Amino acid sequence: MGGRQFAPEAWLPFFERMENTALGTVVRESIWAFPIIEAVHLLGLGLLGGAVLLADLRLWGTGLTRQPIASVVRYAHPWLVAGVALMFLTGVPLFLSEAVKCYYNTSFWVKMISLPFALTFTFGARKWLVAAAPERADWRTRLIAFISLGLWFTVAAAGRWIGFSA
Amino acid sequence: MERFLEWLGDTPWSIALLESTLAWPLIESSHVLAVALFFGTVMMNDLRLLGWTMRRVPVSEVTGRLLPWTRIGFTIMVITGFLIFYSNPVRYYHNIFFRLKVVLFAVAGLNAFLFHRGIHRRVVEWERLPVLPGRARVAGAVSLAAWALIIVAGRLIAYNWFDCDIPGQPDWVNWAAGCPVAGD
Repeated sequence: MGGRQFAPEAWLPFFERMENTALGTVVRESIWAFPIIEAVHLLGLGLLGGAVLLADLRLWGTGLTRQPIASVVRYAHPWLVAGVALMFLTGVPLFLSEAVKCYYNTSFWVKMISLPFALTFTFGARKWLVAAAPERADWRTRLIAFISLGLWFTVAAAGRWIGFSA
Repeated sequence: MERFLEWLGDTPWSIALLESTLAWPLIESSHVLAVALFFGTVMMNDLRLLGWTMRRVPVSEVTGRLLPWTRIGFTIMVITGFLIFYSNPVRYYHNIFFRLKVVLFAVAGLNAFLFHRGIHRRVVEWERLPVLPGRARVAGAVSLAAWALIIVAGRLIAYNWFDCDIPGQPDWVNWAAGCPVAGD
């Protein structure tokens, strides 16, 4: 998987510039910075995962079934935003420290392509569909949950795989 | 202990697992992704105990409806965790972050035990209060902190900063890692 060129050649200078930013250099040259930021990135995964699951389990028809669908999605929302923010704030320095490696990494591109889909689906389509959601879970709410879980699983799995495919 | 772990690490399956190009990363990835299922649901429960979310939902409802998912996440973490340990037992045994993680497991476990044996027995009496009893909030905070530190420690196991074969380490590092003492 690794080592193959996935992105257009013309994008490489941009990735080289990113790697040479002050932040990228600091993280790369420090022994502790990358592991600690990576660990906080993992905590963000837990938070984001918990928020996604809380809402999607309810949409699937399990989890907090005694509460209305719209309420559960609302309860999860601030933690979803916090989880995304935490992952973004830690993900950017991690990327900057090894931007050129990411450029050549297929998993990185799988993540970068699935991430906008996951974000727009969750903050756009899912929010809009939930506003018109029925009281009880049905095939439509299940489809929403399935797509959401599938997209976020792809983002997370590809993210972990960046470290394995050299 | 040392000899048992050496024997364990020399078993053919342990060697095959450590050298595998696909099985090990897949097991490791499952371990990491199960964080979302396990820690994600634990966190939601802890945040409810702290009164930071779902205040209108009774505590027992949050716990009861999320617990099956927490259990599934926990089972995946335990199975994959043991397999990862099995792939290189001696190394993990002497890794200070692994040892820290084991200590933190005891903290998280004791906290959960005391909570369930203590104030949680009367959960129906207080689960709808606007502010939950101090002991319930403390249990939520300790759980949140312990599991977060377990994840951080777990991530740091990957680094060999304090391995026993690194010369000139402070005595406390060698003590904490249980390094064999160089007698002569």
